[in-house]
Parts: sequence; C-alpha cells; structure tokens
Amino acid sequence: MSYTLPPLPYDYDSLEPYISKQIMELHHKKHHQTYVNALNDATNAYSSATSAKKRIALQAALKFNGGGHINHSLFWKNLAPASVKGGRGGELHDGPLSKAISDSFQNLKAEFKAAALAIQGSGWCWLGLNPITKRLEITTTANQDPLLNLIPIIGVDMWEHAFYLQYLNVKADYLEAIWNVINWQEAEKRYTEGLSNGTDAGVDVSLSKI
Amino acid sequence: MALLSIFSRSATNTFTRTVANRAPVVLARGEHTLPKLPYAYDALEPYISKEIMELHHSKHHQTYVNGLNAAENSLHKATSPKDLIALQPALKFNGGGHINHSLFWKNLSPASEDGGKLPDGPLKKALIADFGSVDEFKKKMNTVTASIQGSGWGWLGYNKSTKKLEIVTTANQDPLLSYEPIIGIDIWEHAFYLQYKNVKPDYLNAIWNVINFKEAEKRYLEARH
Repeated sequence: MSYTLPPLPYDYDSLEPYISKQIMELHHKKHHQTYVNALNDATNAYSSATSAKKRIALQAALKFNGGGHINHSLFWKNLAPASVKGGRGGELHDGPLSKAISDSFQNLKAEFKAAALAIQGSGWCWLGLNPITKRLEITTTANQDPLLNLIPIIGVDMWEHAFYLQYLNVKADYLEAIWNVINWQEAEKRYTEGLSNGTDAGVDVSLSKI
Repeated sequence: MALLSIFSRSATNTFTRTVANRAPVVLARGEHTLPKLPYAYDALEPYISKEIMELHHSKHHQTYVNGLNAAENSLHKATSPKDLIALQPALKFNGGGHINHSLFWKNLSPASEDGGKLPDGPLKKALIADFGSVDEFKKKMNTVTASIQGSGWGWLGYNKSTKKLEIVTTANQDPLLSYEPIIGIDIWEHAFYLQYKNVKPDYLNAIWNVINFKEAEKRYLEARH
C-alpha cells in the first residue's frame, strides 16, 4: 500500500500565462512526487518502528512529507485554467462563498497578499473556515505544516519553487497573478461541505490500494 | 550576544556589533547598508550563475537590509516591552538575513582565486580530525544541508566549549548563535533554483568549487582565540 501522486486536473500549460508550464511541471512531477516518495518511506518506517522513541524520531518526516502531500494535493485542485485557456479560473460567482467573503473581509485579496508576503521563510497562505465560529479567516502555515485548525478553502504555495522561475523575487506579482487561476468552484464546494460537516471534505490522500 | 544589546536602554543611540572578522563596527540604528560583493556578479560561474548572484545580492540581501533598518527605526520609537517583543520577529528575520548573507558573500570566492582551494593548515587539520577526511566533511555538510525541511542555512561551526568543528543548521534567516560561523551555505531556493531547479545536490556539489577556505580558516583561527 502506498501514497501516489495525484494527476493534475489540467495540462501543465493550462495555467499560463499566470503560472508557467515550466513551474507546473517541476512543481508537480518533481517537488510533489518527492513528498509522496518520502512519505511512503516514512510511513513504512513508522509501521515497523518498535518503540515510542523511534516513532517520535519519525514525526518530523511524517509532518514534512505528509504535509507536503496534503498541501499540494489541495493546491492543484484549488487552481483552474483561466478563461484564456477555456476554464473558469478566477471567476467567483454570487453564492454562499462570495457572501461569506464580503461579510468577513474589507478586501480579501489585499489581506491575503499581506499575510502571504509576511511569511518569514517557506510556507503556505490559506483562506480557511473556522469550524467553531463558522467564519472565514486568513492564516499561514510554515514549511509544509498542514492546516489543522481551520478547514482549508484556498491554499497558495509561497515556497520559492512555486513562483521563482517566472516571478523571481517579486512575490507580489505572483500573488496578483494567481487570482486569475483560483478555482472558486472548488473553493465554494469546500466551504459548503465544511459548513455542513464541520470538517474538511478534504482531498483524498488516503492510502490507495495497489 | 550582540543582538541582545539592542534591548538595553543605553544613553547613546548606538550599539556595537562584531562581524565575522571580529572588527567591531559601531552602527547607528537603522543605517545598515548592503555590503559590496567582493567579486563581480559573474565571477562564481559556472558554479553559481550571474543571474542568481545579481538577484541574490541586489534584491534579496538588499531587502533584508531595508527591513532591518525599518525594524530598528521602529525599535527606536518602541516604548513598552510589548512593542519591543512585537518587533523581535522582524529584527531576527531581517537582522539574521543581513548577517547570514554578509557572511556568505565573504565565504565564497571565484574558482580562479581562492574558491575551492583548501591549503594545508590548521583548518584542514581540524576538518580531518573532526570529520575523518575533507571529503567526509563535504559529504556530511551536503547531506545535513539538503535535509533542512523548509528554508535555512547549513553551517560549519566552531564549538567553543568542545573546541571542535561541527555541522549545524539554522532555519529561515535565524543567525548562527551557538557556534562561531566558519562556512555558511544558503539553501533557500532563491540561492540555487534558477540554475539547479529542484536538484539541490547538484548545487551543493558545485558550491565547493567556490567556497573560500582562506576566509574560513581566518574565521577558524579567530574563533579558536
């Protein structure tokens, strides 16, 4: 039994011109694949670990690679081709999510951008649903830490590998561009399911049967 | 530790900070500047590209300098412990970024100059004593640095208590505080991605051609003092 790299729901060039084909290909086939491979190694080692000490020693690998697998699996799904590529990326229609956004934020994009730019190191910026207050919040996670206290609605990868080849050091340009390929339909699905279930409907990173 | 002196209420508006070469530098708050690169942007090719060096120095490091100055200016106006504490992340991140990159440029050198050349001497002797061989040291440094989970730095550091050289890492832009920095290697993706993409081991193998062992030995001798 092992984890596998989920296929991308679109072609490597489908998010252009906002995220380049070169980035998408490296990001999916190399970076995410590496998390999957290492997660499998860590999981196997964990299941054969014979002491608490050995299991604890494996926690960092599980968090880093498990988080990497979860985060990227969510990421590919909350991106979609823009209209220039025949998709609906970037289109937020009136509905429960758009209403919740206007109730919760003066300017979602500006607040999200500020939070993302303030990450000191590698990490992710999230729009999340607080399952207790039922309100939307913006938060960040460091490195590949998964988002645990909020239900993930939209995640944006702020690791340099996510944008550097195209945007170089200008993170702000990446953050402006990515709104054109945000999959609001997926985001709204996560939001409505999160409201009714109180947990993430999430993304399937369960062990696949081989 | 010099950074902590920022938080003491001194009558003068300055603090003393020692840089890697132990020359005390008196700086007014908020007046840090980007140090000049000791070589041209293309001088570390083919091991580190001109494109990377130019962005890394004139954009990334400059941003840390600007951020540090801004944080120190805010510090100057801070009136409560809460304000001081709220400024700590900005000081650590930008101050660390400035310190780390300043050390980095100096511990690199063109391959046509000091880059990659480790002469017989106290540093080489210590590397062999503490790691078995110079190759073993490089191998370990690469393995440890590559295994950082996120952004950070790999360091050869001198442990003043045990008088030994050790390989340690710092996360993000945390400066190396518990050891004397001898060699630092930046493993943030901006340090290598444009040239090496996701293949960190290629970058880590290449960089040994431009490591300035002469500067490293200087730091080592000063640390041992």
